[in-house]
Amino acid sequence: MSYVAVKGGSTAIQAAHRLVRKRMRGAPDAPEITPRQICGQMHLGVDRVMAEASLYDANLAAQAMLQAQGDMIEAIFLLRAYRATLTRFLDSMPLAMDTMRVQRRISAAFKDLPGGQQLGQTYDYSHRLFGYFDRLETESEIESGKTAVPPEPMTSVMDLLEKEGLMEPAAACEPPAENTQQDITQHPLLFPATRAQRLQSLARGDEGFLLSMAYSTQRGYGQNHPFIAELRMGEVTVEITPPELGFSIEIGTITVTECQMINQFQARSPEEAAFTRGYGLVFGHSERKAIAMALVDRALRAGELGEEALSPAQNEQFVLSHCDNVETTGFVEHLKLPHYVDFQSEIQTLRHLHKTATKDGADRV
Amino acid sequence: MTIYYNFAYLDEGTKKKIRRTLLKAVAIPGHQIPFASREMPLPYGWGTGGIQVTAAVIGPEDILKVIDQGSDDTTNAVSIRNFFRSTTGVRTTTSTREATLIQTRHRIPETPLHAGQILVYQVPMPEPLFKLEPRVSETIALHAMADYSLMYLKLYDQITRYGRIAIGYEYPVIVHDRYLTSPSPIPAYDVPKMHMSPALQLFGAGREKRLYAIPPYTRVIPLDFTDYPFDPVNTRQPCALCGAVESYKDEIVIDDAGNRQFICSDTDFCEHRR
Repeated sequence: MSYVAVKGGSTAIQAAHRLVRKRMRGAPDAPEITPRQICGQMHLGVDRVMAEASLYDANLAAQAMLQAQGDMIEAIFLLRAYRATLTRFLDSMPLAMDTMRVQRRISAAFKDLPGGQQLGQTYDYSHRLFGYFDRLETESEIESGKTAVPPEPMTSVMDLLEKEGLMEPAAACEPPAENTQQDITQHPLLFPATRAQRLQSLARGDEGFLLSMAYSTQRGYGQNHPFIAELRMGEVTVEITPPELGFSIEIGTITVTECQMINQFQARSPEEAAFTRGYGLVFGHSERKAIAMALVDRALRAGELGEEALSPAQNEQFVLSHCDNVETTGFVEHLKLPHYVDFQSEIQTLRHLHKTATKDGADRV
Repeated sequence: MTIYYNFAYLDEGTKKKIRRTLLKAVAIPGHQIPFASREMPLPYGWGTGGIQVTAAVIGPEDILKVIDQGSDDTTNAVSIRNFFRSTTGVRTTTSTREATLIQTRHRIPETPLHAGQILVYQVPMPEPLFKLEPRVSETIALHAMADYSLMYLKLYDQITRYGRIAIGYEYPVIVHDRYLTSPSPIPAYDVPKMHMSPALQLFGAGREKRLYAIPPYTRVIPLDFTDYPFDPVNTRQPCALCGAVESYKDEIVIDDAGNRQFICSDTDFCEHRR
């Protein structure tokens, strides 16, 4: 009788989880990978988990990657679920991006600029050949990726353009919102969303999804005509202002990647014509995600800028409702759950339709 | 690193927020209220809305029953029950009569609920109009104007095509003569149990970040036409285990020849009758 097999039970779940545990460990005679090794040698993966989980904790992200057996979305889910249990006691002060200890900074719009171009750690311009990096010598100061020279604040390219009147003012793309409930982890995202809510959603959104959305804008589905004004990666200081102190204190540093995108100009009159902005900011080192985010941010400003919004990347409800991979993976994979009851009612309805059709003839109405 | 979790997993501030939203939901029966859904350690689409509602209302004295497809023993029901057992330590039961709090996916128990009980539904898509109008900004306006012509048109379309309303599950209902509401994907057969139920019915949609409620003794009327009244389909085959005719059945294929057997989907109901 197959009745027992259909109803799964605690025993089956336990056995399934024991198998995971066994598989997670790998070959028992091979040394086990530690979170420290993951943080050291797979830090770009760790960065992605931290970014999409929206929790900056490399050690926990590395643990999550191990528990997820390298399944990044499972790792993101694990860390996000832990994040949800943490008490929110304060908002940080806005990050002072001009004081970033820059490890990498490039502009595709200007050949040279104040502060200079700094290539830093990148796979750009490398050849994708196995062992390509093995032959290179490493020097200690290069290895750390940090220069001994104290960093000078680097002026933002956008500020330079804004001063010249060629770039829309930063404030222009953030119209004062009546809605003060901007934190999407504390208040549900409602439509139309404010830019702050949109940027938060995109910052934790799935890298692959944003990449495809961004790519679609480059292929004619909501064109932006983008130029990277500036892409920077480095450490910034996080400060909070405890109400009982009344002044801000440093609580640590985080590594972030920021992308400032210049996009097509527009206006009602030639005097008002100015380039428009797209913005990307991501935890850790993730240029792909930061660039994609900046493109999608700009595409989603279509309505506000009076553009015709016909493409998926310009559709706020489409993009923001489907970019979170913890939400999407959960619902797509929930199809594995039993649906006996709903399916049964569908079967019965269909059978009933067939039966009445043969009895009464199909064109009763 | 030892990680400490609060009673019922969520912190007290979050639970309080959810309870406030539930109060609003009870005050406007059938109306969807947005809430800041949290990531739970179980995936979205697997009952996170229901789990958050249960976590917000459960107390140490509660007796919890969890069912999925009517059964206490399906994998996801087992998993959710274990989650609450380990995070709250409350007593669990399979008995519909004994439970004070029942979390369910896709069924309403066959045993009538009584006053004081809470039935928590897991809801995948809280918006009953989403297949007809995917833009939430539009559906909000349609609800505000109580304009449900889209849904009536869908029913009419089915009548012209099939000669009857052909919605088997997630049958749209009007709650308290006002809001078009999704009963969650329960079979149409279960919908009449929602009408004037003495139990409090709470609905949680985690991924979609909405809560709604049907207070006890509230009118819940399935959408239909006078000449094509609500008429849910159910098999007349008796249960192979307990002989019940009226209950909702799982259909089980028992051999390669495609022979079928019908068994009550509500396992607690079935066991009590044997």
